Amino acid sequence: MFGRGLRTLSIASVVLVTGAFALVFLYAPNDADQGFVQKIFYLHVPLAIVALGGFVAGGVFAIQYLRTGDRGYDLRSYVAIHLSLILGLGVLATGSIWAKASWGAWWVWDEPTLVSFLIVFLLFACYQPLRFSIDDPERQARYAAVFAIIGGAFVPLNFLAVRLASSLIHPRVLGTTGGSMPGEMRLTFLVSLVAMVCLFVTLWKYELASKHASMRLRRLKRALAGDDAAGPLARTSAPTQI
Amino acid sequence: MPALPLDDAGPYVAGAYLVFLALILIYVAIMASKLVRIERELVELSDLVEGRRAAAADEERDAERSEAVPR
Repeated sequence: MFGRGLRTLSIASVVLVTGAFALVFLYAPNDADQGFVQKIFYLHVPLAIVALGGFVAGGVFAIQYLRTGDRGYDLRSYVAIHLSLILGLGVLATGSIWAKASWGAWWVWDEPTLVSFLIVFLLFACYQPLRFSIDDPERQARYAAVFAIIGGAFVPLNFLAVRLASSLIHPRVLGTTGGSMPGEMRLTFLVSLVAMVCLFVTLWKYELASKHASMRLRRLKRALAGDDAAGPLARTSAPTQI
Repeated sequence: MPALPLDDAGPYVAGAYLVFLALILIYVAIMASKLVRIERELVELSDLVEGRRAAAADEERDAERSEAVPR
């Protein structure tokens, strides 16, 4: 069910990510101001956009779960947030490397873009401990959905707040004027963004298929061998049933 | 701040892309280990089904044998 189209998506992801990296290093010109180090931009910014989009998607799936009661949406929300956290870690690491190369410091605390992303990341880092702290699967899913909706709504608000804040040293990429990137850079950025979205969707479906298969297998085991033979279910932060 | 020369910028760019690659590889490795666990459970399950099928066949054979023996 969740694995449908996974093969096509995997091939598309490999082709797009390889193509994007080829464009970054072979096609896009070096930035006049920052030089070669600006190549990190094509990785760091799409990663950040996709990670934040994943948090919002987690909130949207959580709304769907609360509306329908379908545990499949809880699983979708959980996996989207889990994957966004991993990408968020990548955003923080690549951002720090870029900051060190460009500004001479690994982190700048008075820069709203950096700190706001860290706040969003730390907020969602609490999602899994919250799930883990609740035993009852029904309550776990419901509380996690409420958390995901509030966290998901916080992302666009945060984005708006950063826009309204006075810009310090971190550049604003998505300007209202459409940005000031030359054609080659814009094309490379767009391909990198599409590649990252495709990679996210592929990994999301991959994990969904894996979790779904594991749940079905466990249910089958219980049905065949009886509850005692299947052993007690270990406490977990992941959804345990659909 | 002036642009870093290529020699100085190279390690930073390589570092950033390697971090991304490492994250994806670690993620895929963790998923692969979960896949191995699913496969192991699937083998256990098929052994269980095979065992039950063999036991049922033995019972059937015993029943047939006891019916065939003249009283």
